[in-house]
Amino acid sequence: MSEPILMKGNEAVAEAAIAAGCRYFFGYPITPQSEVLEHLARRLPEEGGAYIQAESEVSAINMVFGAACAGARVMTASSSPGISLMQEGISYIASAQLPAVLVNIMRGSPGLGGIHPSQADYFQSVKGGGHGDYKLVVLAPSSVQELIDHTVLAFEIAEKYRTPVMVFGDAMMGQMMEPVFLPEAEPAPIDRSWATTGMKNREKPNIIHTLYLPADDLENHCQRLFAKYREIQRQEQLHTAYLTDDADILVVAYGIMSRVARAAVEMAREDGIKAGLFRPITLWPFPDQALFQAASHAQAVITAEISMGQMIEDVRLAIKDKVPVELFNRIGLVPNPDEIYEAIKKKAQEVKVSA
Amino acid sequence: MKREFLLAGFGGQGVLSMGLFLAYAGMGEGKKVAYVPSYGAEMRGGTANCLVTISDREISSPLVSDPGVVVVMNHPSLLKFEPVVRSGGILLINSSLAHRDTKRQDIESYSIPTQELANQAGFSRGSNMIMLGALLEATGVVDVTETYNYLVKTFNGRHLDKMPQNMAAIQVGREFMREYRQQSEASIAYA
Repeated sequence: MSEPILMKGNEAVAEAAIAAGCRYFFGYPITPQSEVLEHLARRLPEEGGAYIQAESEVSAINMVFGAACAGARVMTASSSPGISLMQEGISYIASAQLPAVLVNIMRGSPGLGGIHPSQADYFQSVKGGGHGDYKLVVLAPSSVQELIDHTVLAFEIAEKYRTPVMVFGDAMMGQMMEPVFLPEAEPAPIDRSWATTGMKNREKPNIIHTLYLPADDLENHCQRLFAKYREIQRQEQLHTAYLTDDADILVVAYGIMSRVARAAVEMAREDGIKAGLFRPITLWPFPDQALFQAASHAQAVITAEISMGQMIEDVRLAIKDKVPVELFNRIGLVPNPDEIYEAIKKKAQEVKVSA
Repeated sequence: MKREFLLAGFGGQGVLSMGLFLAYAGMGEGKKVAYVPSYGAEMRGGTANCLVTISDREISSPLVSDPGVVVVMNHPSLLKFEPVVRSGGILLINSSLAHRDTKRQDIESYSIPTQELANQAGFSRGSNMIMLGALLEATGVVDVTETYNYLVKTFNGRHLDKMPQNMAAIQVGREFMREYRQQSEASIAYA
């Protein structure tokens, strides 16, 4: 294996996209993800691709839509307010069944919010965001290496199901540096028999559209989309469970918070408190059955989020409110492990499982 | 073994480069590393800091509330970060710009006039390299014979023309710290 390289999260996303065969990027700069654009603006022309800085995020997502129709392996990246502007286009891309990768390096919100780390776009991407009945696959890496691995995985899932996939990061993950290995494998060949590439070698034109005026056409279309989504739910759920088998207190966290929570769980274990960590990697499809099992021994569940509490709703649904689920949250920063450790300790005393 | 380094100062003092150096040095020795720069409003307001973790094991959280080694390159950083040094840890103060010694009794603290030393070394822009030398000597965190290679990586192969001056400044910082510690030990012995 080659030497590890020290890389910033945003640059890692950009390099991973190139390794995954992405040659087209359309975007608009916004802190804290601008390095994704800067890196690709330099690197894509070197790789024979194209980078276009659009005049807005609305324009960028529609360029992604167009490029995907033409069969390009394509990506965009932005941060929370910019992703909000893209929602109409994301709904179109999902309805048109096109592969595309979207990256959200989340920042503080609502409104202009701030440029701090955040996880407050869970509802937006996991529950919808754009109009209509569609789903986004949402991946939540927790390290710079995983930003690379999950960007590559996002392209694979997008191709396999012809569907848009979102990769979540946050301001800290975008800026932090860790040693990484870049993927060495060649990207999988792409089936583009459906793409609008002209009539050469084809009898009938390929048509990509999202308009279904007759009611039964629309119903059939939505049924087809959801048959595909059910298949994704069966095949693509990812999670990790750390010390959950005998855990009295189960912490649920994703992304950067899952690393802080893991350190907190280790502190609790050293103190004799049986804590465990469940980390969803796919936020949609949410690994609900795996979480239900991981919580089977738990007396209490804590979800740790950098939001006012969004994933907590999926956690409650998954464990069917069998035990109390509480929120530990901070806004505008990634907390230190001892803050989550204190929350675990307090909960352990409440449910009388402390050492 | 896990060691955390918090490096703080104002923008342009080279604290982020110092952090990068530690990250590359940790990698060079086959360790796990994480480098978290300060970000956000702080960055725009002129102060800069970064947190570097070097560990034998996988690093769970890249954040830590009580780093074992803290470097403060200016007075505001001293005020802000003096309290977070882990008890028994090391605090290195750039006394050219931070105008008092530590008030804490439970840590090892050294005041280093980096600017004056850099001027004496004939490299007035090298105060961060003076501090880096002092840091390497005080912590023994990396094999100093590899310093040149780590420095080349830190600057991504650029500024090679400045390398002799950087190396000289690091050496001045190391020697200053070595004498400083010998004197501290001597004063403890006589006390």
